[in-house]
Amino acid sequence: MSSLTAYILKRFMQFVFVIFTGVTLAFLITNLSPVDPVEQSLTQLTSFGASDPRAVEMMREALAELYGLQGNLFEQYLNFWGRVLRADFGPSLSAFPTPVSKLIANAAPWTVGLLVTSILITFVIGNVVGALAGYFRHNRALKVLGMAIMTINPIPHYFLGLILLILLGYIFPIFPISGGARMNMDIGLNLSYIGSVLYHGFLPALSLVLAGLGGWFIGMRSLVSNIVTDDHVIYAELGGVRRSTIFSQYVARNAMLPQMTGLAMQLGQIFGGTVIVEFLFNYPGMGRLLIQGIYRGDYSLVLGVTTISIFAVAVAVLLIDILYPLIDPRVKLG
Amino acid sequence: MFKVIRDLLRYNTEFLAGFTLTLLVLVFASAHFWTPYPGYNLYLLPPDMPPSTEYWFGTTSRGQDVLWQLSEAVWNTMAFGLTVTILSRVIAISVGMVSGYLGGRADRILMSINDTFIALPNIPILLLVYFVLREEMTWPLLAVCAALLGWTYDSRLIRSVSLSLRSREFTRHGVFSGMSTWRILVREHLPYVLPIVFFTAMNNLIWAISLEVTLSVLGFTDINRPSIGGMIYWANQHQAIISGIWWWIAFPILSIVILFLGLFMLAMSVNEYVDPRSRLDRMGGVA
Repeated sequence: MSSLTAYILKRFMQFVFVIFTGVTLAFLITNLSPVDPVEQSLTQLTSFGASDPRAVEMMREALAELYGLQGNLFEQYLNFWGRVLRADFGPSLSAFPTPVSKLIANAAPWTVGLLVTSILITFVIGNVVGALAGYFRHNRALKVLGMAIMTINPIPHYFLGLILLILLGYIFPIFPISGGARMNMDIGLNLSYIGSVLYHGFLPALSLVLAGLGGWFIGMRSLVSNIVTDDHVIYAELGGVRRSTIFSQYVARNAMLPQMTGLAMQLGQIFGGTVIVEFLFNYPGMGRLLIQGIYRGDYSLVLGVTTISIFAVAVAVLLIDILYPLIDPRVKLG
Repeated sequence: MFKVIRDLLRYNTEFLAGFTLTLLVLVFASAHFWTPYPGYNLYLLPPDMPPSTEYWFGTTSRGQDVLWQLSEAVWNTMAFGLTVTILSRVIAISVGMVSGYLGGRADRILMSINDTFIALPNIPILLLVYFVLREEMTWPLLAVCAALLGWTYDSRLIRSVSLSLRSREFTRHGVFSGMSTWRILVREHLPYVLPIVFFTAMNNLIWAISLEVTLSVLGFTDINRPSIGGMIYWANQHQAIISGIWWWIAFPILSIVILFLGLFMLAMSVNEYVDPRSRLDRMGGVA
């Protein structure tokens, strides 16, 4: 077995382990809780009108089956796995009878789009500026830029978003303050719709980018300033290799490797950032769906979104890990 | 320890600035012990008063004094953050040191658990915990849940230090002279690990506080207990921005930004102290 296969196999095992732990955790949290989902859902449904005791009893049985509450804990657990793998979380209570999987399918593209765009932008800008700041240590403009990034860095997502919202949404109403696109538009690949999506996504993306920039910047800058003093760089400088070549081929390339690992490690936490940003900008993604589900006491929706987000993050981490050998030749040589 | 702090205060401006800011926030938060308006009480004062000489930071729509409310809120938020930090430090140190020292199979098992927890998205899981517990959700319980999710980065870091300590001469001496594993870890290795723990603790504190703010802003904690996120939650409930009561939101934001800036500067300068290469770098010398 080549070391590359071994590497991928190991990552895949890790992926399976993450999914297993995540789903088990979600199952345990919901099942060991003092709250009975069936009774809770029934109170919800009866408050909407149905009060015939026979109908309530029938509903109770239907819900018990739906939530997999029949049999002992282990049978319930297997049942839960079956539904997770079929992505079937039953109908949503707050949007009865739309299935939860449909609500998630509608929301997921928004979150994925927002997340992928802002992660890419953040990663590129943070690392390029960080690398430059680490290499050209005495450049004044880079120092000022670095100070600005460091000042923004410790401010949490919510406050950055809120400041942007007040500044560019209310005081200078340049950008829309809610929604994913303008209402009543033809949804599809036409310019005005795409334009509207970008326009609505600008502030949410900007707050994610600003909140994430500092981490990459600081990491890259310290990595580069360590590599600059390595023997091979000094040798290249003495040998008269062009500074731009040294920077891109000797320094930045070597510093990129740990940053890629960092990307995989941080994905799970970046997802948390989108939850709050989506809530703040009323963006129609999974984060808002999750929060709405909690506010409305929608049991199946909350469970569905949590489980799917564990899956999504695990898949993304796996993808980055599989791409990693393309950048780091040492993995292949092993 | 005190000598180190004194030297840092004297020679490191970043540390001095961070120390001053954090101390300011801490003094401000301690002031709540003398508060004339306890945080749970509502409608004690005329609502919606702008900042004035009588109410320095104005009053809220719920008839609370923003200044005193904020003082108690900062205290509670910091208490939450510190609890999470201390608990997660205990887990990170134990897992990291044991994993690094034992190596082999124990190391592999512990690190795959560690990597699994790194990859799990924290906020959806915490929200699920809140959702199923709801009324039973108290802040100590939330702190325990957050601590169980927040130790992973640092235990990897601690493990890497432990790995190098393991092959050092003095560890071998300890083993051959019959020291127990426990004693080696606590007496011999812990002093080397602690500086890193201090550095990562500051980052963990920032993480824990922003977690509390995030959850409280959404109303997913005990919202009647004053906290920075809780203040924003109530301000949102009363539509403070739209009705122009900016002081209800501005002062909590200001306080958290100052606190984070202070902690962040402390973390950076302690990092510099722990890793002398960056200190030489700053002085302009060749490392």
